[in-house]
Amino acid sequence: MFVDATILFQIAGIGIITALIHTVLKQVGKEDIAQFVSLVGFIIVLVIVIQHLADLFQQIKSVFLLQGF
Amino acid sequence: MDMIQLVLVSMVAALLYIILKDIQPTFAFLILLLTSALIILVVIKQIQIILQLLQAIGERASIDATYIHTILKIIGIAYVTELGANITKDAGLASVASKLELAGKIFIILLAIPIITAVIDVVIQFIPTNTNHLP
Repeated sequence: MFVDATILFQIAGIGIITALIHTVLKQVGKEDIAQFVSLVGFIIVLVIVIQHLADLFQQIKSVFLLQGF
Repeated sequence: MDMIQLVLVSMVAALLYIILKDIQPTFAFLILLLTSALIILVVIKQIQIILQLLQAIGERASIDATYIHTILKIIGIAYVTELGANITKDAGLASVASKLELAGKIFIILLAIPIITAVIDVVIQFIPTNTNHLP
């Protein structure tokens, strides 16, 4: 059984890079673009996480026979 | 070795969470969510094996399949409710988590209604009805 831990590092990397870009853009003075970058990074990570969550809930539904819920 | 791997994954997740907690709290929360999902995705395959064993034992004891399925559904609802409540509690929404647990309990009772009625029917059959001796 292989647990894919690379995705954790991936998300942490995206988070750190986004924080870096956010700080740099804030220093330059473009606060609106900084907020936008943060939002886009969050959405990218959210897509990855949501795929895994959907997979998890499908598995739970199939294992525990929760088809009607 | 699966257990060691899971422990290491959770430790890595804890480290990354501590790093990200101050600079990007939303990303830290997503790491929390993803780690829970990863660990349960590993465990759920083992849970499936255990539940198949349970179903096989039930079939061998000629227990009605609907009862076994109801019990499986109750266990599933309990697991899912606990997962959601813990994650909501970690995000700082303790009141929402307690409401979620209440909802889980209510759904469990709702699923157990057929079993409860079956038990009550059996008990009523045991009670002798002496309506003929009434004046």
